[in-house]
Amino acid sequence: MREVTYYPGCSLHGTAREYDESFRGVSGLLGVGLHELEDWTCCGSTSAHCTDEALSVALPARNLSLAEKHEREMVVPCVACYSRFRAAEAGAKAHPEYLLFPYEGKARVRYALDFFCDASMFAELGAKVARPLSGLKVACYYGCLAVRPPELTGVERYENPEHMDQLMGALGAEAVSWSYKTDCCGASLVMTRTDIVVKLSQMILSMALEAGADCIVTGCTMCHANLDTRQAGLPVRDGRSSIPVFYFTELMGLAMGHREARKWLSRHVVDPIKLLENKGLL
Amino acid sequence: MQLNGPLVAPGSSFLEEVVAVSGVDIRACYQCQKCSAGCPVVSAMDILPSHIIRQIQYGRREKVLGSGSIWICASCHTCSVRCPNDIDFAKVMDCLRHIALGSGVVAGEKEIPVFHKVFLDSIRGTGRIHELSLILRFKLKTRDFFKDAGLGWQMFRRGKIKLLPSGFAGSKEVKEIFRVCGKGATR
Repeated sequence: MREVTYYPGCSLHGTAREYDESFRGVSGLLGVGLHELEDWTCCGSTSAHCTDEALSVALPARNLSLAEKHEREMVVPCVACYSRFRAAEAGAKAHPEYLLFPYEGKARVRYALDFFCDASMFAELGAKVARPLSGLKVACYYGCLAVRPPELTGVERYENPEHMDQLMGALGAEAVSWSYKTDCCGASLVMTRTDIVVKLSQMILSMALEAGADCIVTGCTMCHANLDTRQAGLPVRDGRSSIPVFYFTELMGLAMGHREARKWLSRHVVDPIKLLENKGLL
Repeated sequence: MQLNGPLVAPGSSFLEEVVAVSGVDIRACYQCQKCSAGCPVVSAMDILPSHIIRQIQYGRREKVLGSGSIWICASCHTCSVRCPNDIDFAKVMDCLRHIALGSGVVAGEKEIPVFHKVFLDSIRGTGRIHELSLILRFKLKTRDFFKDAGLGWQMFRRGKIKLLPSGFAGSKEVKEIFRVCGKGATR
């Protein structure tokens, strides 16, 4: 049993509920024990770094300071939170005056996708895949913060990453080749300049359809929300005008035969269940 | 203790101010325009990213700080990873927003800075973002109550809208964080 600290972040307690449920589900199946960080705060997200540098370090650093008390890695499924933690680690070194709580720089923060793309996890996963996702063509959508800035994420192939593609391969799915893996969906502009987000999201959705994907897979709560909810008016391509969007943890759970997969999937706006039933995967 | 950010020498040019505050040397820019070519939101910008750098060099402070572009930037970091001169332009955009908030210049995008303020006020209040409260607070500011109402209902039916915020015991510490360093957040 591997024990880790779990930082869910605000979205996983709300609109990204199925990401929380499926993350907990697959962690359980893979023998990862989760300990939710006690009294965690919001990471500050886009709004903190857009308005105040000190705040953008101090807010996430409070969580880092709580996390380093435990000698465990802290796994973060929300890539926006993860990115703020990485930025806060760098910010705390450059500006120790921004730290309001003792922090020695010992927290080990990992993005959930990177955590599961580990070689040892792959081996574990290989043994647990009970229902391979054969015949499912997926477009892996990494978005921005899973790869950029590379000096914070450590991802070497940030223009054409392949780790999620390999993870999908390990589940028996076929990852299609496409050019929009790391394009931006507009993220939090959805609240204020929805027009921009609709335009960017629909470009990504269209390109996934054109690449022949049955569905899109992501590990970002903002990307998922934008791609799943902004499909109205999507131009028809090969008879299709919508495309389901999964969290990678949902497909992991499905391939490992998790009992609650259907419940997670029922929370999507674009129904993914029909597609999976047609493919004989659910 | 109150954090005031880096010191900018009196009488500095706008270029010197941006370089001092951001720590990014934008003087290395040779206008190859790769940042503008790869920017996903450039079509919604009033000044191209590469032109923002040029305008800073020209000293056009109000024009840059009052632009919509600095708020439209989605912080995707595409410009930063592709710049041949290693200019971290995403960081420069952060810095321009910080300077703009303290400058008194009217923002070129009305709702975006308001959204950030509402978002941070929510954290200050409850330590975490409770999405429903955030959306309602923001709607009270914009008075646009019906935008995405249908979508909200669909998400509610699917159990994605949490009605009450979760309990949180660290609010004293969060208030302290905002007292000391939430300068930009309160403007």
